[in-house]
Amino acid sequence: MTTKNTLGKAAVVVLLATLVSACSSNAAKEEAAAQAATERAAAEQAAAAEAVAAEQRAIEKEKAMVMQEQRETKRRLMDAASAAGTVFLFDYDSSTLSDDARAAIDAHVALLMSGSANARLEGHTDERGTREYNLALGERRANAVRDYMVASGVPAYRLETISYGEENPVAYGSGESSWSKNRRVEIK
Amino acid sequence: MLLRSCLFVLGLFLTTTSSAQLEIQVTRGIDNPTSIAIAPFAWDGLGSAPTDFAQIVDSDLARSGQFSPVSRRDMLSLPAAREEIFYRDWRAISTRYLVIGRVSQGTQLRVDFSLHDVERGVELFSGQVVSAESEARMAAHRVADSIYEKLTGIPGAFATRLIYVSVTRNPDGKDFYRLTVADADGRRPIVLLEGRDPILAPSWSPDGKEVAYVSFESSRPAIYRQVLATGKREQLTNFQGLNNSPVWSPDGKSMALVLSKDGSPDIYLLDLETKQFKRLTRHYGIDTEPTWMPDGQSLLFTSDRGGRPQIYRYELATGKIERVTFEGRYNARARVAEDGRNVALVHQRKGRFHIAVFDLVTERLTVLTETSLDESPSIAPNGSLVIYATKRGERSVLGAVAVDGGVKFSLPARSGSVQEPAWSPMLVEQ
Repeated sequence: MTTKNTLGKAAVVVLLATLVSACSSNAAKEEAAAQAATERAAAEQAAAAEAVAAEQRAIEKEKAMVMQEQRETKRRLMDAASAAGTVFLFDYDSSTLSDDARAAIDAHVALLMSGSANARLEGHTDERGTREYNLALGERRANAVRDYMVASGVPAYRLETISYGEENPVAYGSGESSWSKNRRVEIK
Repeated sequence: MLLRSCLFVLGLFLTTTSSAQLEIQVTRGIDNPTSIAIAPFAWDGLGSAPTDFAQIVDSDLARSGQFSPVSRRDMLSLPAAREEIFYRDWRAISTRYLVIGRVSQGTQLRVDFSLHDVERGVELFSGQVVSAESEARMAAHRVADSIYEKLTGIPGAFATRLIYVSVTRNPDGKDFYRLTVADADGRRPIVLLEGRDPILAPSWSPDGKEVAYVSFESSRPAIYRQVLATGKREQLTNFQGLNNSPVWSPDGKSMALVLSKDGSPDIYLLDLETKQFKRLTRHYGIDTEPTWMPDGQSLLFTSDRGGRPQIYRYELATGKIERVTFEGRYNARARVAEDGRNVALVHQRKGRFHIAVFDLVTERLTVLTETSLDESPSIAPNGSLVIYATKRGERSVLGAVAVDGGVKFSLPARSGSVQEPAWSPMLVEQ
């Protein structure tokens, strides 16, 4: 009896185990399927994200290239402007722009048009003649540069003119070599 | 420590004033200056006299170029009262005139002086000047004014003042500007305004109590007025463009000045009471450097409306404009003498810029200077001298020349440049 009982019990156990095992095998399958679905979704999501990221990267890359290009353009314009110099010289008692001065101012116009910076145009004269009349001559020179820049497309409100007359020479001493350096408009 | 820093500041101040001080060098007098002796003035007061009064009178008369003062060492006697005068002592050293004086100290200083004709042995004139003790030098200048007027018929202008701009180069190579007021002999300089930004076009109020000028201290030009006694200051203009050439009207109620806010530089009138601006000239050329005729009825100004800078006249009642100068290619920055006739201006001849006098009646222009970069003429209130700025090497110095061209002297600073002189009007006794 004990053996039979034992066998019976064992059979029950086996049956139960089988049942359990059958059940557990079903659950595992379902779980695997679900997992696969999740993985698929994740993969799809990842793929989509990857696509977005790739697009973003492409945009970033292009943006960087554009910016690089812009920086290069700006640098080129700045180099051109600094090569052209910030000082435009004038003949004695004249506020007419020379060809050299126009070429130099063109470089600054291109630079100003590429950004939103303001500029200050300072007019100067040599020491000959009266100080107060020279203030007016210096202003006339600064205005000549301003008018040329405005005609070239720079908005007038971005340009400030000021005249120092003969008060701020760059070259001291009396003689044409000093005077010709002092008859100028400086862009700042 | 506190004491030391105080001393440092004081030392700095003294250095500043001594380098800004002008030294007078007479470069040309008239051919036969009149010999005059100024005997040392007696002092009735505590301690010693605040200044050597006779020496100041002596220097003033010498600077006029018309007198040759007798050296104190050559004097045989030193009279301070009428009864102490022995005319033979003065005839012996060929003196034409003699001045004696006595200074008494009370609540104020009182200077009693008299002028004597040595040849004839008579007293020509006696006078009295009263002043605060702090104005002892001015009292001496007033004595010189009286004597000068008695002997020449022209009021003296020794008891007057100058404003000018001195410029020194800092060690960093940048210029440093000081607007300075000093006695007409260059003594007692006082700095009114200083800084790294240009100061120019200083001018006097008709009562001699205020000055107006242009300063770039705000990084743009603006016109200011400033009371000398208190330093109180007011900004009068701050327009886009030029703010230049402020000159008070003879009645002191308005100021002519130059603005370019409406396009090109034009002359405007500022009513100092209502602060209203009135545009006087309207031309696309340069109109600048206004100056008043003494009657206040019209202004002279510089304009290049004819192609080159010339002097024009603007009549206030009618707005009529007429050209005044025709000789040469450049006539600018006019200043009119009190007689309303002599006009000092800058005239270009053979590429050089000289000071000239233009006679409004005869329309004759006379060049007074030989130097080549002369500017900023200003006429003494008695009409006798023109002070101006000129170049000596890289420095700017002041020069003075008689309106008749006879006498010349220069007033260089010990260091740096001096420019933009403006001679005060006659000053009311204080």
